[in-house]
Amino acid sequence: MGHRVWSLLFLSVPIWGIGSIVWAIADLPGMERHWLPANINDHGQVIDSLFNFILYLTGGIFICTGLVQFWFLWKYDAQSNGEPVKYVHGNHALELIWSLLPAVTLLFISFVQLNAWADQKMRRPILSTGPDGIAGTLDDILKPPLVEVTGRQFEWRYRYAGKDGVIGTRDDVHGVSELVIPMDEDVVLAIKSEDVLHSFFLPNLRVKQDVVPGMKQYVWFRANQAGIYDIVCAELCGWGHYKMRGFLRILPSKDDFDQWLQEAYQAQELKSYTLDEDEE
Amino acid sequence: MSTTSVASHGHAEAHSSMGVRDFVRTYVFSLDHKIIGLQFLFSTLLWFLVGGLLALGIRWQLAWPWETMPVIGPMLFSGGGSAQNMGGQISPEFYTMLFTMHATVMIFLVIIPILAGAFGNYLIPLMIGADDMAFPTLNMLSYWFMWPAFICFGASFFVAGNGAASGWTSYPPLSSVPEAAPSSGDAQTLWLLAVTSVGVASMLGSVNYMTTIIQMRAPGMTMFRLPMTIWAMFITALLQAFALPVLTSAGVMQLADRLVGTGFFVPEGLVVNNSEPASGGGQPLLWQHLFWFYSHPAVYIMILPAMGMVSDIISCFSRKPIFGYKPMVYAICGIAGLGFVVWGHHMFISGMNPYLGMTFMTATMFIALPSAVKTFNWLGTIWGGKLQFTTPMLFALSFVSMFVIGGLSGIFMAATPVDIFIHDTYFIVAHFHYVLFAGTAMAVFGSIYFWFPKMFGRLMNERWGKVHFFFTFIFLNGTFYPMHILGAVGFPRRLADPYHYQTFAHLQPMNQFMTMCAIGMVSVQVIFAANFFYSIFFGPAVGRNPWNANSLEWCAPSPPGHGNFDFQPIVYRGPYEYGSPEVDTDYYPQWQAPPEATETAAEPS
Repeated sequence: MGHRVWSLLFLSVPIWGIGSIVWAIADLPGMERHWLPANINDHGQVIDSLFNFILYLTGGIFICTGLVQFWFLWKYDAQSNGEPVKYVHGNHALELIWSLLPAVTLLFISFVQLNAWADQKMRRPILSTGPDGIAGTLDDILKPPLVEVTGRQFEWRYRYAGKDGVIGTRDDVHGVSELVIPMDEDVVLAIKSEDVLHSFFLPNLRVKQDVVPGMKQYVWFRANQAGIYDIVCAELCGWGHYKMRGFLRILPSKDDFDQWLQEAYQAQELKSYTLDEDEE
Repeated sequence: MSTTSVASHGHAEAHSSMGVRDFVRTYVFSLDHKIIGLQFLFSTLLWFLVGGLLALGIRWQLAWPWETMPVIGPMLFSGGGSAQNMGGQISPEFYTMLFTMHATVMIFLVIIPILAGAFGNYLIPLMIGADDMAFPTLNMLSYWFMWPAFICFGASFFVAGNGAASGWTSYPPLSSVPEAAPSSGDAQTLWLLAVTSVGVASMLGSVNYMTTIIQMRAPGMTMFRLPMTIWAMFITALLQAFALPVLTSAGVMQLADRLVGTGFFVPEGLVVNNSEPASGGGQPLLWQHLFWFYSHPAVYIMILPAMGMVSDIISCFSRKPIFGYKPMVYAICGIAGLGFVVWGHHMFISGMNPYLGMTFMTATMFIALPSAVKTFNWLGTIWGGKLQFTTPMLFALSFVSMFVIGGLSGIFMAATPVDIFIHDTYFIVAHFHYVLFAGTAMAVFGSIYFWFPKMFGRLMNERWGKVHFFFTFIFLNGTFYPMHILGAVGFPRRLADPYHYQTFAHLQPMNQFMTMCAIGMVSVQVIFAANFFYSIFFGPAVGRNPWNANSLEWCAPSPPGHGNFDFQPIVYRGPYEYGSPEVDTDYYPQWQAPPEATETAAEPS
């Protein structure tokens, strides 16, 4: 095959590459979503924006380098290029340009995301700003977790804080597999593991956190849509890892949630009289 | 001759009247770097096949979960009383083993040893004009220390659990508590022993490479006249020497946790699956830090030599000097330097302090910089050349094209907030397959086609080489590119059956397409294997320099005998003087004396 065929083969890389991403984003009728699943977390939008920003940036670079490579292959083939080769060993100015431009861009990306990262992993919702009246300082009163989530081979267990808002007391409500939380409310979850590593992944809420035995992590989010969503275990935890599925049921309001919690508590009281013992 | 004669031991006996003992010393326990290189090459290619078949098992399960594989399914998984494999389908235990051992085999037994062991061994002395490695016995041991690893990994398939299954990252407590999984028993112990042995082999090699490159260069071969391949091998050896001891120690610590009851990586009182409570005091994250302190630099160990070889191939078939030689060298050094301070980007969501994540994020972002510099310089090299579309050139060009994809997708996961979503999804799988298969493995294929005439004195078939390239290129993109889309949906790695999640249920047709491409990709490697073995015996014989290339290995006979060179090469210039106006030919080899120079020993005898 001649050089034209090979040049076109390399041209097809950006064409197919960009084409299939556009196809995936396009959400054609009759096709289920092949891109970021619907985001239902108020704090998740910033992750999607950042993802898209990097997508456009890298997509642009991908197209440019792909086209440049194609054009050079097409033009400088030994049979069709009659001119002598350009006997050059490099270009100082070009090296500076193509070092500094990426450096500035990368520095920009690093800084632009710092806030989003801090919002997701450092700035836990607070109840009040504490004595000094300034949010983000050490004396802030942090919002206590609503539920304690425990990963174990191969299920998720939940312990709701009950009426008193404290986990570890007698009015805690226990659950397995289905996690119920209220909509339009900053929800803090304490997550931990009972045995091996797991990872608490809520695709629609853009939340993921590994749980490590011996450590306790916190995740928080603010759901803005009611419904039932997947809870995925995203860290290998053994042969049954694939079936460690949970469900996230988001209730439309805090009142609904309080009512559900009350009912769950009563149901639990009816069928169990060994509440104070540990689950196992 | 003073610098090059260090290694000329008396092992270069005459070949005639070869007894069994001589045969063993020449071809089995050989001290000759070329034989050792070929031993590495053949062993790793064989494991490449094993790793590829393991990958097909993964792909089968993802396309048609719980269905019996045609023909081989009943043979492999007929059960026969084994609790694991019943009714001809892949069990979840077996699936976990498949992806663990696929990654383990590909990384520890294929990519690292084929780059450093096979090509490093074969090319370093030839390209710097030395007659052998600095320490031939160490060199031989570096190959033979691979064998305990081959045996342990191989045996682990046949003990309880049928192979280690806690991921190639072997995260405790799953890996360190034997009760945690059926395969966390003896199979995991064998896995750790094998990885330790691979580490010893790599360490012996890296010490040797560094010494050889520093001490044994031919007269005139200054550091900035070294081919990019050698620079890459040199930096790789440094990376190995400084990172490997950490993995080896961590491996021994995990062995101790498992076998003698220490508690480096398990917290106090941990009970997994009714195991004895752990004595404790440990931290599972400690393993992750130690593991990635090696395994992140190892990522560069798996790509830098490929970059070096690709640079040489591209310059040769562009008939043009490499663009920006020194920036390319500095870029390699930059990648290696930064490579030591970015391991935490594997742990953004592991529970590590999020402030630490910020530091690692910035360092990780900046590793894209030297990678970009290299890509632009490769494009600069083909600009204005006279390109010859040979098989090695096509593979090298595809490395550049594919490395762009693998490099750019890395920026997504370096961005910590985005990584929250894509971590442990197929986006990551897409990223590292673009770097390691579409990048390194393609470069390795190209390098085999390129240096084959030097290794065996014969050319591989060009037409079949191009067929091999064409289909591999198409199928690899068909297999790996859709993984980006899966990852964007959040499709997790390592799930035996992801389709019972409502979020991922509709992705099965796409996985079936990818599996068909994967089957095609593995199948066309038959063309390569046939071409490879046929050409060893029946390929057209060639002289010393079939590609009209510049670097020193091409002035040695093909294949070179013991001691490599039949004259003392003297180096007059860098390795990329193609199209020089000083001479009439379009290449100007390193060993060719300048026209006005007095008679030297540089003329081939």
